Amino acid sequence: MKRKPLSTGAEWTFELIAAYDKELARLAKDFKLDTYPNQLEVITAEQMMDSYASVGMPIGYNHWSFGKHFVGVEQRYQRGQMGLAYELVINSNPCIAYLMEENTMAMQALVIAHACYGHNSFFKNNYLFKMWTSADAIIDYLVFAKNYVAECEERYGIDEVENVLDACHALMNYGVDRYKHPTPLSIQEEKIRQQNRAMYLQTQVNELWRTIPVGKTSPSEQEKNRYPSEPQENILYFIEKNAPLLEPWQREIVRIVRKIAQYFYPQGQTKVMNEGWACFWHYTLLHALYDEKLVTDEFMLEVLQNHTNVIMQPPYNSTQFNGINPYTLGYHMMQDIKRMSEYPTEEDKQWFPHLIKNHWLENLDYAMRNFKDESFIAQYLSPHLIRELKLFHLIDDDQEPELLVHAIHDERGYQTIREKLAMQYNLGHIDLDIQVHSVDLKGDRSLTLHYTQQNRVPLGSSTNDVLKHLHSLWKFPVILKTTDTNGQITAEYQYPPPPANQDQSEK
Amino acid sequence: MTQFIDRRQNMGKKSTVNRQRFIRRYKNQIKRAVSDAIGKRSITDIDKGERISIPAKDTSEPQFHQGSGGKIERVLPGNDVFVSGDHISRPSQKEMAGGDGEASNAGSGEDDFVFQLSREEFLELYFEDLELPDLVKKELARIPTLRTVRAGVTTTGVPTNINVLRSMRQATGRRISLATPHKRQLKEQEAALLTCLAKEPKTKENNDAILALQEEILRLKKKIEKIPFIDTIDLRYNNRVRIPSPSTQAVMFCIMDVSGSMDEPKKDIAKRFFILLYLFLTKNYAKIDLVFIRHHTSAKEVSETDFFYSRETGGTVVSSALELLYQIIEQRYPADAWNIYVAQASDGDNWNADSPYCLDLLQEKIMPLLQYFAYIEIMPRHHQSLWEVYQLIHQKYPNFAMENIDTVVDIYPVFRELFKRKTA
Repeated sequence: MKRKPLSTGAEWTFELIAAYDKELARLAKDFKLDTYPNQLEVITAEQMMDSYASVGMPIGYNHWSFGKHFVGVEQRYQRGQMGLAYELVINSNPCIAYLMEENTMAMQALVIAHACYGHNSFFKNNYLFKMWTSADAIIDYLVFAKNYVAECEERYGIDEVENVLDACHALMNYGVDRYKHPTPLSIQEEKIRQQNRAMYLQTQVNELWRTIPVGKTSPSEQEKNRYPSEPQENILYFIEKNAPLLEPWQREIVRIVRKIAQYFYPQGQTKVMNEGWACFWHYTLLHALYDEKLVTDEFMLEVLQNHTNVIMQPPYNSTQFNGINPYTLGYHMMQDIKRMSEYPTEEDKQWFPHLIKNHWLENLDYAMRNFKDESFIAQYLSPHLIRELKLFHLIDDDQEPELLVHAIHDERGYQTIREKLAMQYNLGHIDLDIQVHSVDLKGDRSLTLHYTQQNRVPLGSSTNDVLKHLHSLWKFPVILKTTDTNGQITAEYQYPPPPANQDQSEK
Repeated sequence: MTQFIDRRQNMGKKSTVNRQRFIRRYKNQIKRAVSDAIGKRSITDIDKGERISIPAKDTSEPQFHQGSGGKIERVLPGNDVFVSGDHISRPSQKEMAGGDGEASNAGSGEDDFVFQLSREEFLELYFEDLELPDLVKKELARIPTLRTVRAGVTTTGVPTNINVLRSMRQATGRRISLATPHKRQLKEQEAALLTCLAKEPKTKENNDAILALQEEILRLKKKIEKIPFIDTIDLRYNNRVRIPSPSTQAVMFCIMDVSGSMDEPKKDIAKRFFILLYLFLTKNYAKIDLVFIRHHTSAKEVSETDFFYSRETGGTVVSSALELLYQIIEQRYPADAWNIYVAQASDGDNWNADSPYCLDLLQEKIMPLLQYFAYIEIMPRHHQSLWEVYQLIHQKYPNFAMENIDTVVDIYPVFRELFKRKTA
């Protein structure tokens, strides 16, 4: 069947975009992709930079750090030091994707395939997104947050609000529940809850700090009554509920930052899968278009050139090397699953018996729905791909004079490399394990955090600055103790710093 | 179903507020950079944006992160030479940094945060130092103004601009021209009717003719009535066009005492003083010439760089500069073709016997030619003879301004008259 291509030449029009979208939607349906409705927005480069600066939130509260990012991006873009991403997609319902007006028709089609069908179906079906984010409510919540912050600025002054936000941003990574399931957001409930909460929380906190003497208790009993009774991983949550001197509006701002951090948390955990999935589908969908002769050779060449750039992985010793490219790893793993389902080798049959009998679409769909980066790699990284990417495992132990190449892409190394690479994507492992340990209820009300070291890795130089921020929320002394795996305390940070005479006596 | 939205027409600049917040937060650093920039700039290109750089450490947003040390395991791609069990010597810090690209040429690994301040932002920060009134700030920062002038009438416009008189005249004309043929016919028919009515005896034929004529007359009358009193095509609107406000040429003389007693801080104050006058002039004149005259015992016309950066020693004879000023005006800037402004900065030193001569020179020859003479004396303590002489002139000429200056904040009052006249 001979068909006329949808377009020739680089120019795009709204009619053409609609035509491409129609064809891509049809193909996506054939491939059984399940998506939210799409909302395509054409924007200028400057608007793209705006979106960049607000980390992809279509509506954000105002804060200087966003201005700083914007200025930085703008500067680099104007000097040609960086190109802008071709697309930006927001996990919302309808799924909002941005098309930049500078792009050619081929690029627009690539973006539509990548974002509107790739990312979109991932957002809708991956278990983490389903469990942790609510695409229906996020835009409303962001509007609520923006208005609330603006209102606070009016009432309490920009500086006051900025201080709270600065502190919250410093602790943003510790504002997520890693294991507990959050309740879905709903804007009406949120508003009512916010009002009740403000009053209720204040009474709660007061109760905690009541000064009426309770009578003498023995030290051992005090130890038993440690507060919180179990360590808390969500530091911002703990602050929101327990910080003694915060005003209700400050608690609400802590909560806003926490909620937004929680919304983005799954994106960090599925970077490889999400991008891999989207790349796989733009590749597959556009090739399907090409097979039907709906696009020209030039169109396909342009797409492939961009595709190749995106999934390029410079080797470890290249000047361009900047870690493993999640696009490369994800895309190749997706393709690998398809390959193993269709043309398995003996080795594949041995390693992945469960893939063999099913259709590749089912295998991919299952993988997309039920994994995050860590488990996805642990489950699906094949020896074939390890050889292809020539992965190797390196150990840098500061107690050894030299680095050790522990495993390479050979029979003995596959398992190790798979495990270690999976671990590299375990956010629980990347984000340092810092938890709220205790509060000195009877004494100076100091807050103690514990950092549990893995492999003797110490804390970085900015630790004191972060503690300063934490102190601005807690308003009583803050202590951070580093403990090794045996529970021995190896380092201690404190804000405000302990008085000088103590230092001297230690010396 | 996919929805398409064209957002390109929407206001961009979503980040403007965030940008302002950023500038607000780092105001001190930015202001310092602005100050430095002014020192380096020539007077004529003060009116531009500026690249500002802030140490990265000040703008960082701290988070908990790993320090170096401990046992770190990584999986890397692109193995070309290693087999398992290989030991590799640890790359030095320098090599490691090199691996991250050019980002850290400086060695420290942390680059300054650099960004561009727009012209408005730059001037805003600059003016803040000088404590200018808002109205004046606005006046200086504005882009050359456009003046709205009448330019006849047009056929299109907004209702507020309707020119009633012209519209009515148009309507009258149209009514006349459209009604005339009918009116002529009407006249004829009426005349015919009269003759018919006058005819005796009344035949049936005649009666029919009368009826027909009456009918025709009625038809014509209706037609004339139907011509609208006023129609959209009659409407005329006042037309206004915006033209740049008249601008002519001006010359600004900067006169500075460069004797030994004028040190760098004093020169810096003087520079700001000159800049302010220059900025004022750029807003009001299309073409501005700058003439720099420096003097000690003798005066010389010099380039801007020499003016601010070279130092000489010796006594001071102010009249030498005034003489040169007069000469240059005579030769190159006839007062009827140029608006002449003079800004003089000095520490007040003058050879005592010279002051009366200055008085004569200014009163007799120079002041009648000038638009404005601004004098600052950068000397907190006692005044010398020059000050007293100038005070005499100040009393006589309203366009002679003088001020004793201690810090940059005191500069503005010198120009108060000047700006008052323009902004009033």
